[in-house]
Amino acid sequence: MVNAKLTQIIYELIRGASLHLPPDVMNGLRRMAAIQDTPLAKELYGCIFDNLKKAAELNRPICQDTGALQFFLKAGTGFPYLNDTEDSIKDAVRQATKKIPLRPNVVESFEEKNTGDNIGSRAPWIEWEIVPDNQDLQITVYMAGGGCSLTGRAKVLMPLEGYEGIVRYVFDTITEWGVNACPPLIVGVGIGTCTPTAAALSKKALLRPIGLHNANPKARDMEERMKKGLDSIGIGPLGMSGKESLLALNIEYAAHHPATLAVGISAGCWATRRGKVLISKDLTVKSDK
Amino acid sequence: MQKKILTTPITDDMIKDIRIGDIIYLTGIVGTARDDGHRRVVEGNRLPDFDLTGTAVMHVGPIVLGDRAHGFEIIAAGPTTSRRMERYEKEFIQKTGVKLIIGKGGMGEKTTAACKEFKALHCVYPGGCAVSAATAVERVLGVEWEDFGMPEAFWILKVKELGPLIVSIDTNGNNLFKKNQAVFDKKKEAAIEEVSGHVHYSHK
Ligand code: SF4
Repeated sequence: MVNAKLTQIIYELIRGASLHLPPDVMNGLRRMAAIQDTPLAKELYGCIFDNLKKAAELNRPICQDTGALQFFLKAGTGFPYLNDTEDSIKDAVRQATKKIPLRPNVVESFEEKNTGDNIGSRAPWIEWEIVPDNQDLQITVYMAGGGCSLTGRAKVLMPLEGYEGIVRYVFDTITEWGVNACPPLIVGVGIGTCTPTAAALSKKALLRPIGLHNANPKARDMEERMKKGLDSIGIGPLGMSGKESLLALNIEYAAHHPATLAVGISAGCWATRRGKVLISKDLTVKSDK
Repeated sequence: MQKKILTTPITDDMIKDIRIGDIIYLTGIVGTARDDGHRRVVEGNRLPDFDLTGTAVMHVGPIVLGDRAHGFEIIAAGPTTSRRMERYEKEFIQKTGVKLIIGKGGMGEKTTAACKEFKALHCVYPGGCAVSAATAVERVLGVEWEDFGMPEAFWILKVKELGPLIVSIDTNGNNLFKKNQAVFDKKKEAAIEEVSGHVHYSHK
């Protein structure tokens, strides 16, 4: 059942994410704009900030591609409205599409018809994680744009290809497809046993705030080296050449089968729109940062 | 520097000296077409009622408010990935007579050859800058093919100084992204080698 209060909180979450970039993305863009040294790269960052200003002034979505909406939930087993959560998310998406407005981006598979309200089979996409001994619900929304989602890949490598194989796969993918994904990019890399686990972890990596690193020193070292390496290619803002091309490169991993080494890639554009809200058991917002 | 503004109808003569890397602005008529629009023109062999000769096509799926009775307003209209239209762009240019293709990212060999043969330019509008693009739209002149849904419909827009448009393919058949890609690919190999030297986590 739809819970009106829960719907309202989720609606505000979607609205905030579509109108404003998260602070870590904003700071990253500012830093990168400042280091450019060609007229074109400077002009392109100028366009990005000009657009952000106009979007804020006119209360409009930053980019026309407001994405396919995806929700990542961390649900305490004691949160009392678990039964209402999915219906409330759908209701919030329906309202957000009409009121903000968002672009209707959901095409029903096989019918190949736009549903008009961003609702369809398994759309919005919702993933659940259960948190034992907890009474809160944390919701992260991600607006998956087409151009940046087009960069996504996953593949099972043979273990003898090693982590070098992962490096090559990521570098080939980003160099070929990153130019179309509105760089500077956030690149999420997942490592695991099979394509679905590696891909899911790459999405988790993409959602990690810029500036936070993997706690494993080896994984962190690989994050830093891969970012530096990809930056050195010079793809630049919007793929038109320039200094640094990545806002971040994040790795998430799971232990893997000895006979496989799977890698997944997810990319987010300069307009990476995500938001998070923590809701307590009495439906008050504990935090929206 | 003075802004270089192209006004529709665009003639061969107006664009023959424009080269890749140049920055131009567009005033006049733009039609919107993405995957479905291109497929209908080329595979379906249908043209929109509105004559696009000498105008521009933009790869974009805008957010639009309003209806036929009250008029439409473009809320956000940044470009979409041009590469998706590579398969049909040559025939699209030939059949519609557009002189400017606006999108994001580069396009391939077939479109490059078409720009040379039919005298047209492919330009990049900064991706994601959707509100800026929308504010360059003065008026929605019409809409066709609404059966595709809002993003894919054929919108006819009147724009004023839409830009910056960075020329990525010119009428001589030069391709900026192809040129850049060769540089990126070379640097990529060096970068892979350098990073690979530090990730030997497998046991020897
Ligand atoms: S890649 Fe991002 S910024 Fe670019 S058009 Fe898509 S959603 Fe917008």
